[in-house]
Amino acid sequence: MLKDITIGQYFPGHSPVHRMDPRMKLLLTIFYIVILFCVSNPFGFIPAVLFLAGCYMVSQIPIKMIAKSIKPILPIIIFTGILNLFFIEGESVLVQLGPIHISWQGIYTSVKMALRLVLLIAGTSLMTYTTSPIALTDAIEQLLSPLKVVHFPAHELAMMMSIALRFIPTLVEETDKIMSAQKARGADMDSGGLIQRAKALIPIMIPLFISAFRRAEELALAMECRCYHGGEGRTRMKQLKYSHLDFVALGVTTVLLVIIIILNIIPMPFLNWLL
Amino acid sequence: MEKKEINVSGLVFEYPGDEEGAPGYLVLKGLDMTIPAGQFVAVLGHNGSGKSTLAKHFNAILTPTGGDVIVCGINTKDEDRLFDIRQQVGMVFQNPDNQIVATIVEEDVAFALENLGVPPAEIRKRVDDALKEVDMYEYREHAPHQLSGGQKQRVAIAGILAMRPDFIVLDEPTAMLDPKGRSEVIRTIKELNKNFHTTVVLITHYMEEAVQADRVVVVDNGKILRDGTPKEVFSEVELLKSVGLDVPQVTELVYELRQEGIDLPQDILTEDECYEALKKLLA
Repeated sequence: MLKDITIGQYFPGHSPVHRMDPRMKLLLTIFYIVILFCVSNPFGFIPAVLFLAGCYMVSQIPIKMIAKSIKPILPIIIFTGILNLFFIEGESVLVQLGPIHISWQGIYTSVKMALRLVLLIAGTSLMTYTTSPIALTDAIEQLLSPLKVVHFPAHELAMMMSIALRFIPTLVEETDKIMSAQKARGADMDSGGLIQRAKALIPIMIPLFISAFRRAEELALAMECRCYHGGEGRTRMKQLKYSHLDFVALGVTTVLLVIIIILNIIPMPFLNWLL
Repeated sequence: MEKKEINVSGLVFEYPGDEEGAPGYLVLKGLDMTIPAGQFVAVLGHNGSGKSTLAKHFNAILTPTGGDVIVCGINTKDEDRLFDIRQQVGMVFQNPDNQIVATIVEEDVAFALENLGVPPAEIRKRVDDALKEVDMYEYREHAPHQLSGGQKQRVAIAGILAMRPDFIVLDEPTAMLDPKGRSEVIRTIKELNKNFHTTVVLITHYMEEAVQADRVVVVDNGKILRDGTPKEVFSEVELLKSVGLDVPQVTELVYELRQEGIDLPQDILTEDECYEALKKLLA
């Protein structure tokens, strides 16, 4: 049962978003985050939301997945929302209760922050939903490789990430086995307080670590046998290539930025009371 | 071009002692052997006999303390040509889980070629060829943890085959597999030897596997005890037993029957041979 865990949250598929170059997806995700922070008036959120909804539609990722990805940070969203709601000083006060006051400005700011956070999470989740961890690793290696000039270990970093990904299922399976073995010897892992439970993990952690070290040693040997000698002079079977799809996506995102900048520049005197 | 063979002469190997003056441990005590291209050699020995240490000398993971190992004319002590040697002599280990590097089968098979700087188009071709040779082509996009032990070990073999080595050294490749996986791997090894003339050095302690080789080398206590065809080696039942090795079940049966005075040839190795001999006897 533990063996079936999925790593990351990748949804395999063949949509245009899936087929995009992972480097471009990574860059555009960062680009989108920057765009979100450029939005400075309420109308600016409309194209930002429409853009993301469009992306989800094209990628055929069910919209309910957004809810799933936002769930873990919901407390943070609510917390910042409430803080903003009560503590933003504003002129058009609605309710006043001692030091606490709710103003239109407060409502606006808290909605803005919440919306920004939701879009941020939904946007980055879209990337992890449509990109396999291995493709993401490749993308990171490629994007960071110019930093090799300043001796940044881009290849080593990517290699570590991919070996870690490779060994997660193996070690999970092993943990499962060790747990069964310790249970068979009478270990009690499901009762007692927090400290007792933590202590019960020791007989699992120690064999797991020892076996992980042994595996690492054997893996190093096997890699040496296959002529591994670092990133120098290495080629790749699968070359990452930008296709027209990537440039279309880049174009669309740039248009989004332009629209938002225009919306920021257009004077909107009727909104002055809110800002 | 030098003759394609592995030449071991006067091989001595000692694991060095530590700095506190603990003595070193002498594992190999002078071995001589030549493995010509195209042969299927089984190396037998019980645990601690030095058979795995010997295997690690074939592709310069270990270098001799004394004597020489020459691979296709290259001395394994020549560090500048390390990758040439490792390309010639591929090595497969016991635990398939610990030798698969990548998260996708075909990426793993490509690993060695990527390290060697082979152009991408050539890698693609060689990876496909290697996967077809071990009959794992349809699994090329699977993750390693979705495969069975025998399948994983075949992927590991493909990863070595992609380098197109002349020699493949397998260090107990079936020790961690179930019977089904074991027969898959042995079948793959035999096909490689037969169809692609890859020289196979199989380190094992399963007699049934050794029987299928062209030549059996018995290593005991860091020395070569016997070196000959399976029929020659396995006919010396007492000798093998005295060094803690079993003989194949069929040989054992024939040996016991002969002890009882029943007239059977001693060089029977396979079940079919035994069946025929017994049928003749009982007829």
